[in-house]
Amino acid sequence: MKPAPFEYAAPPTLDEALAILSENDPDEVKILAGGQSLMPLLNMRLARPELLLDLTRIDELGGISARNGGLSIGALATKRDVEDSALVRERNPLFMESTIMIGHPQIRNRGTVGGSMVQADPAAEYPAVAVALGAELVARGPGGERVIEADDFFITYLTTSLEPGEILTEVRIPDLAAGTGWSIQELARRHGDFAIVGAVAMLRLESGICVDLRVVIFGASDRARRHSEAEALLAGERPSAALFDAAGRAVGQSLEDPTDDVHASAEYRRDLARVLCVRTLTEAVERAEGSGG
Amino acid sequence: MSKRHVTTTIDGEGREFLCEDWQTLLDVLRDVLMKTGTKEGCGTGDCGACSVLLDGRLVCSCLMLAAEAEGRVIETVEGMAEGDRLHPLQQHFLQEAALQCGICTPGFLVAARALLAQNPDPSEREVRFWLAGNLCRCTGYDKIVRAVLAAAAEMRGAEA
Repeated sequence: MKPAPFEYAAPPTLDEALAILSENDPDEVKILAGGQSLMPLLNMRLARPELLLDLTRIDELGGISARNGGLSIGALATKRDVEDSALVRERNPLFMESTIMIGHPQIRNRGTVGGSMVQADPAAEYPAVAVALGAELVARGPGGERVIEADDFFITYLTTSLEPGEILTEVRIPDLAAGTGWSIQELARRHGDFAIVGAVAMLRLESGICVDLRVVIFGASDRARRHSEAEALLAGERPSAALFDAAGRAVGQSLEDPTDDVHASAEYRRDLARVLCVRTLTEAVERAEGSGG
Repeated sequence: MSKRHVTTTIDGEGREFLCEDWQTLLDVLRDVLMKTGTKEGCGTGDCGACSVLLDGRLVCSCLMLAAEAEGRVIETVEGMAEGDRLHPLQQHFLQEAALQCGICTPGFLVAARALLAQNPDPSEREVRFWLAGNLCRCTGYDKIVRAVLAAAAEMRGAEA
C-alpha cells in the first residue's frame, strides 16, 4: 500500500493554489483536502497524479459561520467541525444528522465538507442533503468566483460541474424554514458505510396541508435526485399513509436507470427507494407536527 | 528529487525526519522512525489498525501524508505506557483478554484513549459507535468493549 511517486505542493493561500493549478496539466493534478477518499485511491494506485496539491494549509478555506439565512461552511471544514458546531446543531439539524451518518470517527475527523461535495459519490449523504436544501457551492477559478446551485453542481457518478482550473471554496447551506419537518434515512450494511439507497424528505404543514416538499433519493442511481412527481402528489394535500404509499410508488417507478451492482440489484434498489420514501415522509410529517407547524 | 524535512512531536518528543512526498505518516512511523507499534491493515481507512492522534484527534495514519505532519503533534500507542507501568486501557485489555492475534490492538487502544479523553463516562452504546472504525477479527468485540468500560471506571476512580 504505497502511493506511486508524485510531487507535493501545500501553498498557504488560495491564490497560490489557483496559480499552481493553472500552471499544470489539470489531468495530472489531484487536489488534496481531507484525503479520506483520495488517499485510499493513491494507496491502491488507482490514482497516479504527477502533482498533489494540498489545500489544508489554506486557513481561509476553513470555518463555519452564520450568513444571511443560512450557514457558510468553508470547503475545508471537517465533518468533526460540523459535529462540534453549536451553530449547525441549532440552525440545521438535518445537516447535523447527515454528518453523523458518515463513516466513523477517524474518517469524520479528517474528511471535509467540500471534499465530499467534489467527490460526488452518488451514495454519499452530503450531496443528497445539498440537493434537498438547495445549497449553493462557491468555486474560485481563473475567471473569478462562481456560485453553483447544488442541482447543477452534481452531474453524474463522481462528476461535478467544476471546471478544471476551479477550486471549491465554500458551501452555503440555507437554514431550515420554521416548522420544517425533515428526515434522512438510509440502508447500509453497517452504520457509516455508503448507503445502498438513502432518502431525504422535507416539508412544512400549513393548516394541516403539506407545502414546500422535497423528496431526494441517493445511492440508487448516478447521483442524488429530487423526485418532483412524488412531491406533486403531496403538495396541497393533508398527509396520510395512503398518500405516502402513492408517493413511494411514484419514486420507485420514476427512478431512472437504477444502479445494479454486487451490493444490490436494480430491482431491489427500486423497491428500497419506494420504502425509504414512505419512511422519510412519515418521519418528516411527525417532526413538522411536533414543531407545531 | 530531494527528501522533505519534517519537524513534528511524536509521543511527547520533538522529532525530525526526512521523507518522500508520497510517503504516508504510517510508512514513516514504521519504516523511518521504526515505531512499529502502529500497524498497517488495509491502507484504505476501513480497519483502524493504523490509528494515531493528530493534535488530539483520532485519525488513520495511512490516510495522511507524512508531509502533512509538519508542525503537528502525533501520539501513538507507544506513548501510552509510562515505563513499565501500563496505561489502564492496556491493563484492562490484558485482564479482559480483549485481544487474540493483536494486530488491531494498538488501533483500539489509541481510539479508546481518544474517546475517554473527551468522554470519561461513555455508555456501552457510545463505546461501540466510537470504535466502529476499528475492526477486530478475533474477539467479537465484546471483550474489547468491556475492557474499555472497565478502564474508564478505573480512570474516573483515580481522579475522584
